[in-house]
Amino acid sequence: MKDQKIVIIDYDAGNIQSVKYALERLGITPVVSNNEEVIRSADKVIFPGVGEAAWAMNSLRKNGLDKLIPQLTQPVLGICLGMQLMCESSEESNTKGLGIFPLQVKRFTNERKVPHMGWNQLDELKGSLFDGVQEKEYTYFVHSYYVPCSEETVASCNYILDFSASLQKDNFYACQFHPEKSGSVGVKILENFVNL
Amino acid sequence: MLSKRIIPCLDVKDGRTVKGVNFVDLRDAGDAVELAAYYAEQGADELVFLDITATHEKRKTLVDLVQKVAKELNIPFTVGGGISTPEDVGILLNAGADKVSINSSAVRNPKLISDLASRFGSQCVVVAVDARFADGKWEVYLNGGRLATGIDLFDWILEAERLGAGEILFTSMNHDGTKNGFANETLAKLSEMINIPIIASGGAGNMEHFADTFTEGKADAALAASVFHFKEIEIPNLKKYLKSKDIPVRI
Repeated sequence: MKDQKIVIIDYDAGNIQSVKYALERLGITPVVSNNEEVIRSADKVIFPGVGEAAWAMNSLRKNGLDKLIPQLTQPVLGICLGMQLMCESSEESNTKGLGIFPLQVKRFTNERKVPHMGWNQLDELKGSLFDGVQEKEYTYFVHSYYVPCSEETVASCNYILDFSASLQKDNFYACQFHPEKSGSVGVKILENFVNL
Repeated sequence: MLSKRIIPCLDVKDGRTVKGVNFVDLRDAGDAVELAAYYAEQGADELVFLDITATHEKRKTLVDLVQKVAKELNIPFTVGGGISTPEDVGILLNAGADKVSINSSAVRNPKLISDLASRFGSQCVVVAVDARFADGKWEVYLNGGRLATGIDLFDWILEAERLGAGEILFTSMNHDGTKNGFANETLAKLSEMINIPIIASGGAGNMEHFADTFTEGKADAALAASVFHFKEIEIPNLKKYLKSKDIPVRI
């Protein structure tokens, strides 16, 4: 597992260092790149992201990554904004996404404070990303937009309403929370991805 | 359920923690990275590092520290102190910080808040506000509480939210250091007024104070320094206590 090539997509949106360090703690030396060939040749790809959706999509387009990512056949893990960009569209600046998950990203209503920020519990865990993770474990979330629950939902969370904490379809995996910032639970989830 | 956050605050100078850290079981009580790892282990939900290194030349030590902490730590952390431009923020976030806290620079140049929010996202912009209650009003202070501004606390916090702050860190100067509890009445008022999370700071003395600030004060998170540094309160005990009071915490 430790000699595999994991590429973190670098598109100038987000805290790539944290993801890189989290993998290094697992004994992996990831490659950070926006180069198409490098990304294509990876064993696994991580697509992180924080920030604003339209800005991030523009940044992906500049490098042709908007075309590349949906074509990838190795396991891909989107994190936070990365997960939202993998959907069809987002209410954030009416942004068209990568269309990997046939879902619409919505904004939380102001019934409670937005962003949804802090540690919240995972429910209805399914799939290999959550092997060894218990129901109701806490992970760290920071987001103002959410993906509704659907067929692709493999973990849910509740804030204002039930929403997708994690998605999976074919080789595409995604987390709304930050596994790289979620203590030992996050370590387990990243380890599961690496071990796929 | 979204849990209430417990946040130890570490003052750092030239990459080392200062002021009232008294940890007998640490190899080096001044080592910020070691202390950060200890708190993460104990169940701290986030950490705040306040850089009190005043001089510009010494800023590099902060970036080095952020990098070291990010390498070790798998919980979120905020860095504050002397941040006044988007360039400063870019460097700290690239080094691995999750959020930055801005205070005086935001009051002097409120546009900084919107510049940071549009470039890096609101989620990483914490606006810290120090205020003192006197003569019937809450007034915002700068420079670590040395400079009165004449600005009304409530006006400023509404403005900070409007400009794109992702979170407010409110320190009551009347309560700070007293160990008599947080400014719960004011915190509750602020919490109802704005729609972004608020971190209570200043006044923690015992475990009940934390429970009170989450219930009466309606705070989303509570920050403290000396009660943790001197082990007057240990985080695992605090969380057990809060849980027994039906306050949602991550254990």
